[in-house]
Amino acid sequence: MSEPLEVRGREAGFLRDLRSVAGRALRQVPREPVSVLSAIFIPGFFYAVNVGALENVARSLGGFSYKAFLLPMAIAFSVTGMSRAQVLVTDIQSGYFDRLCMTPVRRLALLLGLMVADVLVIIALCVPVLAIGLGIGVHFATGVPGILAFIGFSALWGLSFTGLPYAVALKTASPAAVNASYILFFPLFFLSDAVMPKQVLTGWFSAIATYNPITYLLGALRSLILTGWQSRSLLEGLAALAGIGSVSLTLALLALRGRLNRGL
Amino acid sequence: MTGLVEHLETPRGADVGRVPAVRTSELVRHFAKTVALAGIDLHVDQGEIYGFLGPNGAGKSTLIRVLCTLLRPNSGHAWVAGHDVVQEPHEVRVRIGVALQEAALDDRQSGRELLTLQGRLYGLRPGEIRGRLDDVLDLVDIGGAIDRRIGTYSGGMKRRLDLAAALVHQPEVLFLDEPTTGLDPQSRERVWAEVKKLNRELGITIFLTTQYLEEADALADRVGIISRGRIVADGPPEVLKRSLRNDLIVAEVSGEDPGVLDRLRQLDVVETVSREKGKIFVSSPSAPVALSPVAIELDKSMLQVHSLTSRSPSLDDVFRKLTGNHIEAEGSET
Repeated sequence: MSEPLEVRGREAGFLRDLRSVAGRALRQVPREPVSVLSAIFIPGFFYAVNVGALENVARSLGGFSYKAFLLPMAIAFSVTGMSRAQVLVTDIQSGYFDRLCMTPVRRLALLLGLMVADVLVIIALCVPVLAIGLGIGVHFATGVPGILAFIGFSALWGLSFTGLPYAVALKTASPAAVNASYILFFPLFFLSDAVMPKQVLTGWFSAIATYNPITYLLGALRSLILTGWQSRSLLEGLAALAGIGSVSLTLALLALRGRLNRGL
Repeated sequence: MTGLVEHLETPRGADVGRVPAVRTSELVRHFAKTVALAGIDLHVDQGEIYGFLGPNGAGKSTLIRVLCTLLRPNSGHAWVAGHDVVQEPHEVRVRIGVALQEAALDDRQSGRELLTLQGRLYGLRPGEIRGRLDDVLDLVDIGGAIDRRIGTYSGGMKRRLDLAAALVHQPEVLFLDEPTTGLDPQSRERVWAEVKKLNRELGITIFLTTQYLEEADALADRVGIISRGRIVADGPPEVLKRSLRNDLIVAEVSGEDPGVLDRLRQLDVVETVSREKGKIFVSSPSAPVALSPVAIELDKSMLQVHSLTSRSPSLDDVFRKLTGNHIEAEGSET
């Protein structure tokens, strides 16, 4: 402290704020490996069980590769829980969120920085799950560019869904409520063509699957594996992501504003 | 910016032309029907240590949260380092450092990671951050624990790290919300020494809240006493205590003698007499002169006298005089 007051605080700028917040979140990931390992193990288990149980049924329906058909579901299962929302809850409860809010950090960076970290974790998580799929014989009709597009779609799905747990975290600061928010994922998924092709679905289930955006996300992912570049499938998938993302991210931003306004 | 200059027409104790470190005008904040701040006016000069003293629930933490831009006031104005906390919160944030009542830290980071992140959020360059970490770690003495996870720190270490985080960017105004609550006497002394050092060596204005009278007495150049959302006294501790003029004689007693208070009041050397929870308080212009007659009168009474002491007025006496309550008593009520 021999030369006081030489260094002064100043605004860092949005991008540096974003990097700082995301960097902190990413540093935590290897320290809590259980969350990442469970995100590989659980969908891997579902994938193996479903393939084992239904592959012959699927083959009798149309002769397609059920392993390839089911891979998008495994990826989506894997990346959906990848959110730093619980970290945000802990920050709010411990008062660390307040400490961050008393710095000149841009408020939006406090949320988006966590989401950037989520996307990077999701991309990293796709690699082992894809490796399992490729290892058991799944072939991508679109080649390496298709694999990259597949990872991009998966990351966008993770980002689209993650707004919801963040909204709940900011609104309630409750770990239990954040966990409950993931439950929404199950009806969304199992009321789609996640396990069986849409053509074989019937009655009310088929009607719901037709209007369920997850059907179109999975359709886009499957098209990259099974049928090659199909612009219609990809656009429908992007539209589904845009729809889900706009709702969940709007909720997250409103919840951020609400929390800040409760204080400020 | 909402005209600070216009609000400086009645600067209490301020140097003319010098922007006060903290100033509030008619500041009001309520939560539903509970009024936390009921029109706070205060003025803290640059370089001062200002002690904000009051019981739990008096409004101290609410005021800090308003001044640190975490809470918006319902009405009134507040400026920190010359900037309006509502209109220019970013200007305020780059100039303040804050250590709140509970050390607000992330247990999963190491101390170094937390301080580095803090430096980055204040826009410091990597070289500046390294230099500042060396400086603040010298000051708060965390030692080799800096690379350990914060979750492994003791309460005192967390408080010191919290203080270091508040200092990384060399703030102009440092807010300390009950900095020693829950600390052992040794850690408390250490924090006091650090606060004095920050003020004397770096000239940082320090605004601290406390419920400990001796803390305000030991640290603060000026003390504001808050009770139920209002400032009831403001001035240097010695001046506040002198404002009571009289010395105090305190007798610890048991038993009953309804007439004893009146008989004590009739003594020439006694000014006021009151009884609270087993203690009789006798104020007198001169305790040495009054002690003997008071002792004789008590001896003649039907009370059992356990001790009889004389002392100069404390800040608690000031608080009691102004609010009719002890700080601890009022705190427990709220």
